[in-house]
Amino acid sequence: MTPRRAFRLLGTLLLLAFIFCLVPPDGTGTGSGAALAQQSADAQTAATGIAAPKLTAEDYPTIAGVNARVVVWLAAQLHLWFAAFVLAVPIFVFIIEAIGMWSRDRRYDDMAYEFIKISIAAYSLTAVLGGLLVFSLIVFYPHLTQYLGAIFKETMFYYALLFFVESAALYLYYYGWHWLQGGFRKWVHLTIGLLLNAAGTTLMFLANGWLTFMMSPAGIDPSGAFTGDVWTALHNHLWNPINIHRMVANVAYGGSIVGAYAAFKFLSASGAKEKAHYDWMGYTANFIAICALLPLPFAGYYLAAEIYAYSQQMGITLMGGIFAWLFIIQAVLIGTLFLSANYYLWCGMARSEGAARYYPYIKYIAVVLIGAFLVWFTPHTLVLTNEELKALGGPYHKYLGPLGIMPAKNTAVNVMILFTALSFLLYRRANRVVTVPWEKAGNAVQVALFSAGIVNIFFLGIYHGYFTNTVYKVASSIPQVITTLVVIAVSILIDAMMYRGAKEVAPLRWGRVPDRAQYALFLLAVAFTWLMGLMGYIRSGIRQHWHVVGVFRDNSPDAFTPTLGYAANVVSVGTMIFMAMVIFVFWLSQISGVKREPDGYWKEQRA
Amino acid sequence: MKIFAAVILFSLATIGFFTWFSNFGIPQVTPAPPPKEEVLDLGAMTMDQFAALGERIFNGRGTCKLCHNPVGGRAPLLDKIGEVVPTRLNAENYKGKASDVESYLYESMVDSSAYVVAGFGKAGTNDTVSPMPNVTGGSIKLSDAEIKSVIAYLQKSNGLEITVEIPKDAEAAPETDEAGPREPFATVEDMFTEFACVGCHKLGVGEEEGDIGPDLRQIGTLRDRDYLRRSLLDPNADIAKGFEPDAMPPDYGQQLYAVELEMIVDHLAGLK
Ligand code: HEC
Ligand code: HEC
Repeated sequence: MTPRRAFRLLGTLLLLAFIFCLVPPDGTGTGSGAALAQQSADAQTAATGIAAPKLTAEDYPTIAGVNARVVVWLAAQLHLWFAAFVLAVPIFVFIIEAIGMWSRDRRYDDMAYEFIKISIAAYSLTAVLGGLLVFSLIVFYPHLTQYLGAIFKETMFYYALLFFVESAALYLYYYGWHWLQGGFRKWVHLTIGLLLNAAGTTLMFLANGWLTFMMSPAGIDPSGAFTGDVWTALHNHLWNPINIHRMVANVAYGGSIVGAYAAFKFLSASGAKEKAHYDWMGYTANFIAICALLPLPFAGYYLAAEIYAYSQQMGITLMGGIFAWLFIIQAVLIGTLFLSANYYLWCGMARSEGAARYYPYIKYIAVVLIGAFLVWFTPHTLVLTNEELKALGGPYHKYLGPLGIMPAKNTAVNVMILFTALSFLLYRRANRVVTVPWEKAGNAVQVALFSAGIVNIFFLGIYHGYFTNTVYKVASSIPQVITTLVVIAVSILIDAMMYRGAKEVAPLRWGRVPDRAQYALFLLAVAFTWLMGLMGYIRSGIRQHWHVVGVFRDNSPDAFTPTLGYAANVVSVGTMIFMAMVIFVFWLSQISGVKREPDGYWKEQRA
Repeated sequence: MKIFAAVILFSLATIGFFTWFSNFGIPQVTPAPPPKEEVLDLGAMTMDQFAALGERIFNGRGTCKLCHNPVGGRAPLLDKIGEVVPTRLNAENYKGKASDVESYLYESMVDSSAYVVAGFGKAGTNDTVSPMPNVTGGSIKLSDAEIKSVIAYLQKSNGLEITVEIPKDAEAAPETDEAGPREPFATVEDMFTEFACVGCHKLGVGEEEGDIGPDLRQIGTLRDRDYLRRSLLDPNADIAKGFEPDAMPPDYGQQLYAVELEMIVDHLAGLK
């Protein structure tokens, strides 16, 4: 994308942001008299003036033939996908650049530049989609927008400000890449990268505050009137859990999209050198994605636990009811992610002849992964309303009831993560042999470590799952997670020491990897996108018929919770739109590098 | 281009699979629609609406119907108030301060021992203590306005003149149905009391347990879990020997959360 076009889009967005800033103080004028009258009446009783409006179905503007909820839903989701991507890429570009500076390996710098080049085209699209979201909120949910705008007006101002900072930093970072090279200049460049990330992350945190306020409102009195303390409203109960979860997920997501980009480039590359480059790029992106994927389930449990802590009722809505089935879909997707990530690693072992030594183990890892996946896949104990219960004939899975409870699932997830780490260890070893004298001992310790870890995870899971009597059997998850993390950390440490100064048996040959491995990368990217969409649905869905839980009721005709199938269809449509846009963006970044000389077109050529 | 097409097809197939699984791989449960919002706007209410509110409270949250029904015989019927009340007020053992139907009804709800209908007193108190709870307290917690609406309903259903006035003060809280879902109960014992099971069944959790329904203290030896669950969700599906249909409240399916239902079923199945 050319800078000019980018700036034009930017301008559009700022205009929209400006309109948005104007909205809160003077109302949108589209609401019905009743709602506004109600509001001014409330304003007289509540000293601060910002009370939650009570709306009726008539207060929601409609446009014939347009489903308001779906429009806002898609706009929000598309904005989020792009935002996740453009927030994450600078994070790992920064890291890769730093690695390049430290190791003085030029390849890292080139790759970092290529990554940021991909994200810059997506950046303006993110902004445009953000504008579209705000716009559709104003059109379809004016009172809600106004209410949130009034409460969060300060943060929205800083949001706009930060957006300037981020844009400036991004353009400097990108366009100045080759200009700011070497010595002190490189440090300046890296600092700009840091600034870019700081601004981007803060932006996301602000926006997270707005949406977690809707889930776990704070800073309001029992009648729903805002008490005037923005910080309390922002720093509500679910703010940090969502911040952490999104941050980690974004990095994994960004990695997976860049991985898909590299995979496509790999498949269409002609020369061996080009293939090698994109193979390496795909591997690195996938590596980043996996590193972020491993802690993600834990961030998810933390979030779920905090939701329980905030409101048991919301927790039950989340883990029970129809949403319980959503976690079955989620299990399928996460299983897909783990299996394709592992598959990619296994295929990647073909890069070195030395890997043949480890092939026999792979099938066992595969069996364990699939087994763990199946346990995870087993439905939860379902907490339904009894109408739903009657329709389903009971809350437990017909055959696998005992495996459907949380501790069994926690156990399965931890085992899955451990075995993915194991795949990675094997991959690392593929092309090398140990030279340290304590090889046997080292291996034995690692085997012992993994076995002890697995035994401990099973023990915790079984003990808490079947021999304690807590209503929500989640007590096992924390020690299990700690076990997993310790095993991974310690075994990687031992491995690193063991393989210090190791001999290469057969070199890693980048580019020598089967084409089907690339499809694993596509699968990863598609599954990730879809999964994010699905989780967006539940995050928003657990608010049920509330705009702001317990405070501001959603009385629009769309206040009902749609079925999972319907939600999945919306997510699928969104994913396809997103894919089309991403392809467009990638294509743009490609043609910007193409220069064609037409024949006899210009005057000078004719002469 | 061929590669591009292959990649697109592959991605679409992946999306297609997820979509298919979400639509057909799992049961499609249609979530319950949002609860109706009933804001008590007393100012705008007609007397008919006010009495209708009272009726809903009588049959629902007030739990009056649980005791005051023709089947159980746990409490006197409230269908001849016009005749009965004057005799109560003049009775020797009347200890209250009421002077008319309205104040008598009010008093019955907040201080029912002021007069105890013969034969309905707590066992062993010789009809001096009423088993009826104070409806402003405990789990019933009716507001003043709600009590008045119940009086309006009782007067209306008895063909009497409605003497209560609709309270005008804004303090009249919205019906608490709307205050959002309650917290689930933690123990089976709490539920047995709260949902008044012990009023009709012997369950071995309290001192005074009713005998309108079958003794359940060893129900686990007779019935399996499916049967028990069904008898809660749909009491008339099977009628216990020697009992009448329609006696057990049919709406526990709506009142209980499914976790709670399962806790009760587990508990009952274990009573051996
Ligand atoms: C736990 C069972 C129970 C519940 C619940 C209950 N009552 Fe009663 N009620 C009784 C019994 C037993 C009596 C008779 C003893 C007495 O006079 O106090 C009675 C008496 C009365 C009387 C006096 C009748 C008379 O003939 O003098 C009125 C009026 C009354 N109840 C209204 C209500 C209303 C209205 C509710 C709901 C808000 C309610 N009750 C809930 C058990 C109950
Ligand atoms: C108003 C009185 C009443 C209340 C309150 C009541 N029940 Fe019942 N229950 C009955 C009667 C009468 C029967 C027998 C008729 C039938 O089977 O429907 C019965 C039947 C049952 C049965 C089936 C017994 C059998 O052997 O078939 C079970 C189980 C049961 N009740 C459990 C409960 C539980 C648990 C609660 C509280 C949540 C409860 N009941 C509340 C009156 C009541």
